[in-house]
Amino acid sequence: MSSTVLITIISLSLLAFLSAVILYFVARKFRVFEDPRIDEVQNVLPAANCGGCGFAGCRNFAEALVRAETFEGLNCPVGGAEVMGQAAKILGREAPVVEPLVAVLLCNGTPEYRPRTSKYDGAYDCRIAHSLYGGETDCSYGCLGLGDCVRACLFDAMYMDPVTGLPVIIDNKCVACGACVRACPRNIIELRKKAKKDRKLYVACSNCDKGGPARRACKVACIACSKCFKVCEFGAITIENNLAYIDATKCTFCRKCVVECPTGSIIELNFPPRKPKAEVTGETVKTTPDI
Amino acid sequence: MLRTFPVGGVHPQENKITAVSPVQVLPVPSSVAIPLSQHIGTPAAVIVNKGDKVKTGQKIAESRGFVSSNIHSSVSGKINRIDSVIDTTGYKQTAVFIDTEGDEWMETIDRSDEIVTDIKLTSEEIIKRCLESGIVGLGGATFPSHVKLTVPAGKKCDVLIINGVECEPYLTSDHRLMLERGEEVLIGVSIIMKALKVNRAMIGIENNKKDAAGHLAKLAGAFNGISVHELKVKYPQGAEKQLIKALINREVPSGKLPLDVNCVVHNVGTAFAVYEAVQKNKPLIERVVTITGKSLSNPGNFLVRTGTPVIRLIEAAGGLPEDTGKIISGGPMMGKALSSLDVPIVKGTSGIILLPRDESVRSEIKACIRCAKCVSACPLGLEPFLLMTLSEKGLFERAEHERITDCMECGSCSFTCPAGRPLLDYIRLGKSNVIKMARERLVKQ
Repeated sequence: MSSTVLITIISLSLLAFLSAVILYFVARKFRVFEDPRIDEVQNVLPAANCGGCGFAGCRNFAEALVRAETFEGLNCPVGGAEVMGQAAKILGREAPVVEPLVAVLLCNGTPEYRPRTSKYDGAYDCRIAHSLYGGETDCSYGCLGLGDCVRACLFDAMYMDPVTGLPVIIDNKCVACGACVRACPRNIIELRKKAKKDRKLYVACSNCDKGGPARRACKVACIACSKCFKVCEFGAITIENNLAYIDATKCTFCRKCVVECPTGSIIELNFPPRKPKAEVTGETVKTTPDI
Repeated sequence: MLRTFPVGGVHPQENKITAVSPVQVLPVPSSVAIPLSQHIGTPAAVIVNKGDKVKTGQKIAESRGFVSSNIHSSVSGKINRIDSVIDTTGYKQTAVFIDTEGDEWMETIDRSDEIVTDIKLTSEEIIKRCLESGIVGLGGATFPSHVKLTVPAGKKCDVLIINGVECEPYLTSDHRLMLERGEEVLIGVSIIMKALKVNRAMIGIENNKKDAAGHLAKLAGAFNGISVHELKVKYPQGAEKQLIKALINREVPSGKLPLDVNCVVHNVGTAFAVYEAVQKNKPLIERVVTITGKSLSNPGNFLVRTGTPVIRLIEAAGGLPEDTGKIISGGPMMGKALSSLDVPIVKGTSGIILLPRDESVRSEIKACIRCAKCVSACPLGLEPFLLMTLSEKGLFERAEHERITDCMECGSCSFTCPAGRPLLDYIRLGKSNVIKMARERLVKQ
């Protein structure tokens, strides 16, 4: 009886030892080398997995950072310069200066400016509404107001304003990951250069129709009259497809175009109140006849 | 037993209110807006200018490319402007606006009532005439007919199927056409047979139009090779693949065309348009449109010039009822709700339906409990609930694998869903994304 137990123990031990030896060599032979720096870089990344960098997640981005020769074109919009600096330190490279961006909505079609001409009662989804027709108003370019962008935002940086029916972007929460930009079927959310004190100056319109139909659909539509283009001294404004566009990298925030715009489609945000002199010009603008 | 297709299908309430009203001619409107894209394919290119005088039937836009179609003026008068108009898609597209002055037709058009039986043109000439006259499929898809009449090398066609099913509820335009213009329709069928070089044609008609089927069957005795078949009343009996399966028991494989099983399907409306183009040299400038709705005081079938605003048709039918909730262009199953009353009637408009408010409201969306009613209703054997979820989540590769592009958007799934889920809306979204994806892949290669 005792010999059976003994034989079993010895034979099993031998078998275990033999297997261990084989496994050891197999493991040595098929070892996958992984750069330990990937883990280190991943640890400094924000772990939001938002996809704002263009990669599947933070791990994927860390791998790309380690693999890359330079940091050219690689940026974590969530972490910004701080995180990129840390990653660069780990990898012994130089982090390029990337300007922080912020999302803005290129539409100001509130019910007051853009009257509703039909009623949509289909699925509560911008993509569906967009595939079905031009929208509840006569403007077939502007915001549909069904909140695909808000649902796409992982950072609670957006909400739908119940009064205007438009999404609002909370500047200090927005990390410019671009999820809303991808979610919007009308492509009316843009990532713009963030200015100091969160100042913003942009044409809040995406209507590519000619002046007449655009204005009939929405009171604050850009009619491409090119007044802003003429007044801009810095060449920051271009007009294309019946639409003015202000290049955030060239704009100096002089705000001359805002005063000039006959429809009020250029929006200025977070600026101090204008000096009295400017207000006078503001009044003269109001008297310009409607187009 | 009546013939039908084997898988899926639904039977919505028929509501063919206007089946007994003869076709009336709608007075020529004071102005028309003729869109440049009334067909599938490349929009036509304008060949007239602002201020030009045009006659009824004069070509105003020319087809570009093989899958495209000519557009003709439906009225005589002066071109007011070339501008954008909201069409049935709900988006703006370019249209030619014409102010009507009198009704002067092109001299080349034979406007007599005499029925011309002899087909003098050859096969090639018929196809050329169809292209020239801007004939498109009038069943709803508006595919340019000259393309379907051309049998590509290597393919052969042994039977022509004529679709007189009109399976959509409410619509009766094809029904009235078969009853009132039966002989012309049959001559049109013979012309298409000659163009395709086939000697057999089968006309499929749903069993709820016994009068039309009987009338055509009686007339068909005088024509060689044309037979009329009654089909079971089931939606979507009039879908191309379902009709082929029901009539000649051939199955069109996924992603293939009827020509791959040696047949071609044309609508009765198209057959009539082909007759007028070939025998009377009349381009496609007017069509029979059903205007119907339970609250309308005078619903009926009207012969309408293309480009006529929908509101003119509604006025002719007794004015817009108070309780209108939705105005639908096309059938209630596949049609689209209109966002404006100025939408022009185009070649593909088979009917305008005014739904009362209480019938037009969508039910509240509830959760899917996997009852699989949509699966049994799908005439193509797809899984609509799965396709919807995949589209909703943006999993388009998987949706492509589940054959989302086979969907013909008949709406049987949404119609049958007890939870009121917008199945078709999401499937359409997925389908358009998958098609876009496939196109991008093709460009890359």
